[in-house]
Amino acid sequence: MAEQTYLEAIRSGLREEMVRDRSIYVLGEDVALGGPFGVTKGLAEEFGASRVLNTPISEGTVVGLAVGASLLGLRPVVEVMFIDFITLAMDQLVNHAAKLHYMSGGQLRVPMTLRVQEGAMGSCGAHHSQSLEAWFLHVPGLKVVVPSNPADAKGLLKSALRDENPVVYVEHRGLYFSRGKVPEGDYVVPIGRAALVRAGKDVTVAAFGKMVGVAEQAARQLEGEGTSVEVLDARTMCPLDLETIVASVRKTRRLVVAHEAVETGGAGAEIAAQVQQEAFHILDSPVGRVGAVFAPVPASPVLEKEFVPSKEQIMKAVRQAVKWVRPAT
Amino acid sequence: MLPKLPREKLLDLYKTMLVMRRFEEALIRVTKSGISVGHFHVYIGQECTGAPALSLLGSRDTVFTTHRNHGHLLARGADPGKLMAEIFGKATGYNKGKGGTLHTTAGELGFLTTSAIVGGVIPLATGAAFAAKERKTRGASMCLFGDGALEEGVVHESFNLAALWSLPVVYLCENNSFGAPGQKAGEYSSSTIAARSLLSLATPYGIPAVSVDGTDAGAVHQAVQKALARARKGQGPVFIEAKTFRWPGSRPVWPELLTGETDLKRAWDLKAIPKQYADWHRKKDGVLRFTRELLKSRRATPEEILEMDREAQARNEQAVRFALDSPEPKPEAALEDVFA
Repeated sequence: MAEQTYLEAIRSGLREEMVRDRSIYVLGEDVALGGPFGVTKGLAEEFGASRVLNTPISEGTVVGLAVGASLLGLRPVVEVMFIDFITLAMDQLVNHAAKLHYMSGGQLRVPMTLRVQEGAMGSCGAHHSQSLEAWFLHVPGLKVVVPSNPADAKGLLKSALRDENPVVYVEHRGLYFSRGKVPEGDYVVPIGRAALVRAGKDVTVAAFGKMVGVAEQAARQLEGEGTSVEVLDARTMCPLDLETIVASVRKTRRLVVAHEAVETGGAGAEIAAQVQQEAFHILDSPVGRVGAVFAPVPASPVLEKEFVPSKEQIMKAVRQAVKWVRPAT
Repeated sequence: MLPKLPREKLLDLYKTMLVMRRFEEALIRVTKSGISVGHFHVYIGQECTGAPALSLLGSRDTVFTTHRNHGHLLARGADPGKLMAEIFGKATGYNKGKGGTLHTTAGELGFLTTSAIVGGVIPLATGAAFAAKERKTRGASMCLFGDGALEEGVVHESFNLAALWSLPVVYLCENNSFGAPGQKAGEYSSSTIAARSLLSLATPYGIPAVSVDGTDAGAVHQAVQKALARARKGQGPVFIEAKTFRWPGSRPVWPELLTGETDLKRAWDLKAIPKQYADWHRKKDGVLRFTRELLKSRRATPEEILEMDREAQARNEQAVRFALDSPEPKPEAALEDVFA
């Protein structure tokens, strides 16, 4: 197993698939130059400018163009530079990419991948910092994956590129230079399965993206307090692996969900609702939620820190779950 | 003028127009009899654009259109029964009842989708052109939309991309904002755009643009033929504006047969033209115009015309019967095909 950064893992996944499948095209603003963070660096040199195309700053049309091209068998990968800009392409994504297979009674397929990156860091302000993936969870027809580490970054990207459906592949900018072991060869992580990151017996923390690492840190620290935390990387938001989450909750009887997206209306709310429907009787405490505060992302480093969910918040939610006592009725 | 085609081809085109016209008249009649299919938009009055334009497409070409698509589908050769069944939401419809009037796909005809988002198909058609170019199919992508679509931002982005990458796409804008007879000023619908000429929206990108009379089948045929040839040769996109009139009955979302069902005798018998909407029957109805052109050029006799019309009507009555007799989808099909 070689060690790679998250960014290198995305690139190698993309590269290997482009070698394997001639129908994969990469489109986006500056992608031929590598994009703003260098994810696609070197691809234009290797595969030529006809397969790695710089596009105008026209997110709506570029996503729509990819949808149209995918109907004829191409497998386009569109990079939308910041997830915040996806607002400009929502019509094509929500009304067309997500629905064409269904509306056509199965006649059409949209095998495209949308690569977006997100994360509140570096004082980028409210237009370059949001975590908006829960929007896509609300749209039948879109798959959503949120890799938290280099191995998954590669494995989930390969799955996305081989999928017959539109997949929104959500990267976190704050993970680009994190390192981890990535299995050699054709490493594929199936869409729809959560991963056990750390076993525990008192509380389950199901987290997405960058919050998985934060939850692990919280778990390590809580161990010193005598609380054993099981950390799950929920990693594929749609389809959601409810089975793995519920199986873990059957063991721990307590659940906390954590993501960097705003807590209100986030994926955690959906997990909490599904888990209580499925396993209300085995829960020993209400499902705890950790997410960003209900505000646009502020620019000032002090305010930004206040916005992003912290290890301490996860620890607090876990402690509350453990301490919770059913009030007398 | 008539398209420059041998008589047999001209009559085929005319038969298609008649099927288009009679199909929607039958649809309106059926819905007025109390069978609810939801709201729909009719193509009546625009047959002289759609029929010749789509008759020029081949098996390598693809087409994307709008909410006003029944005529386009029939012009491309769609089966009236399967289309009617789709409009009625039946299991035997093109899309198994999942798409309905606004979203019919006839994949085997390269008729990929019809979006109800105004302008929504323009990026899709541009993308299909991208795929055609990359896969070297020598096919073209045709995109039909109304003048209102030009008010959407993605249209301009698409023009830019199609021109930048020299994509084989024909943008055919059916400008039907010229008002239906009886329409009052400012009344729905007319385009709301500052540009004095729609062509001026395409030319800054270096896209050749041409305007034709959309009730003149020959002019449309010629312009589309030229545009498709250019696209298929890899010379890039073309923008065509076809100026058409809205049929008076198309104004409500639930269309009304305000001018009655088409009486082809009005093409040769002025006395058959009623006073109300006389302007429509005399000048604006493209099907009557095409009929007059056939008569004038002696390509068909009134008897032959009435015979072709009877065939078209019979075909559509059969389509209505097929749709009404078709089974409803099974309720559980609502959850099928969410994912491929």
